Order: sequence, then structure tokens, then C-alpha cells
Amino acid sequence: MAIELRVPTILRTYTGGEKAVNGAGDTLAEFIDNVNGTHPGLKERIIEGEPEELRRFVNVYVNDEDVRFTGGLQTGVKDGDVVVVLPAVAGG
Amino acid sequence: MVAGPVGSERAVRFIPMLNAAMSPTFYEFDSGDLLRLYKEMDERDEEPVVIYHSHTATEAYPSRTDIKLAQEPGAHYVLVSTRDGADSPAYDGPVEFRSYRIIDGEVVEEEVRVVGSYRAVSFEEGEGEK
Repeated sequence: MAIELRVPTILRTYTGGEKAVNGAGDTLAEFIDNVNGTHPGLKERIIEGEPEELRRFVNVYVNDEDVRFTGGLQTGVKDGDVVVVLPAVAGG
Repeated sequence: MVAGPVGSERAVRFIPMLNAAMSPTFYEFDSGDLLRLYKEMDERDEEPVVIYHSHTATEAYPSRTDIKLAQEPGAHYVLVSTRDGADSPAYDGPVEFRSYRIIDGEVVEEEVRVVGSYRAVSFEEGEGEK
């Protein structure tokens, strides 16, 4: 078992075109660090700043819950979870 | 948004979306709506083909915000300007309706052809442009 990351089209350059990759961790932050280890560059497209925060125009969901409402990067994750990353559709 | 079968390049399914920003100068899909939309497209083996919005006071060209936030490299970004009143039922003039690719901050305008149906035209003919 592992935690699955569903990768949006724009980030598939970091995953060799794969739509989903696996990783591990106890929190979303750990999981993203872990996945970034195997697919370098992914993390900085999802997270920014110091202290680290989710990018404003990237949405992350753990098992269909927007993590902005469940503790952000500290949201707990476990084997079998599905993490979906979706870029915002926005403009003006 | 208008979705179409993956790889088809055809805009076939119109999906009205709410502007969660509730603003005349900025638009953004609600995050729950966004997830539902992408899951549904995934289940139907679809992808975004057209992402459109209007500019109410300026030309139908991507704004700096549009360019910065464009994150669908496969989509045609369509802009309509209503600065001349094109949103009014009484309006009878030409409508600014333009389409672009926006990739890595680079904007490339593309030709728009209005067709009665996709059956009436083959995209394979001509210069390979659509």
C-alpha cells in the first residue's frame, strides 16, 4: 500500500507523463517531500514560501477534502489515501 | 468550460461554472466545484478543451492575471469582450471572440472558425490549423 498522488496535466513533466505516482508520509507535507524525492521539482509547484504554504492557485484534496479546511500541509495522510492536485481555473 | 474526449481536440460538452469570486474583474471556480468537474471529466475520459470568460470593459485579449494563472496547457483560452454591449440582447454588432493558447506565460492567438457541426469540416485538411 501507498499513498497516491493524482498529477494534473501541467505537472506531468515532472512525472514522465504519469497521471499518478505513489509516495509515503504521515502528513501532507511529508508526503509531498517524499514524492519530490522521486520526482524532483514537483514540490515547488505546489508549495511556496517560508514557512511553507500551499500555493494560492493550487488546490490539494485528500480523499476529496480540500486540505485548506483540514489542516493544510499538516493534514494527516495514510496508506490508501488519494491526494489530488488541481490547478485553479482562474483569471480576470 | 467546454470539455471534449481526451485527445480529440473537440469542444463537445458545455459545462456552466459559477464564478466563486463573485467579481466583475476576477474569476475562479469554487474548489469543490473544481474537484467535481475534474472527477467527472476523468470518469468520462474527457479533458478541458475550452476555458472561456469575458472581459466587460477591455479587449478580448488575456490580461496579465489570465496569463499568470493559466495552468491548462492543453486548453484553448477563449475570451469574449462585452465592452461594446455584446451581452445585451439588442446588440447587433460584431462580437470580439478570440482564442489563445497560454503556455508558460506565452500567448499565441489562434484562428476561430464557426462551423455548423464538426461533421461539416475536417480539421485534417488544409494547413493542419484548426
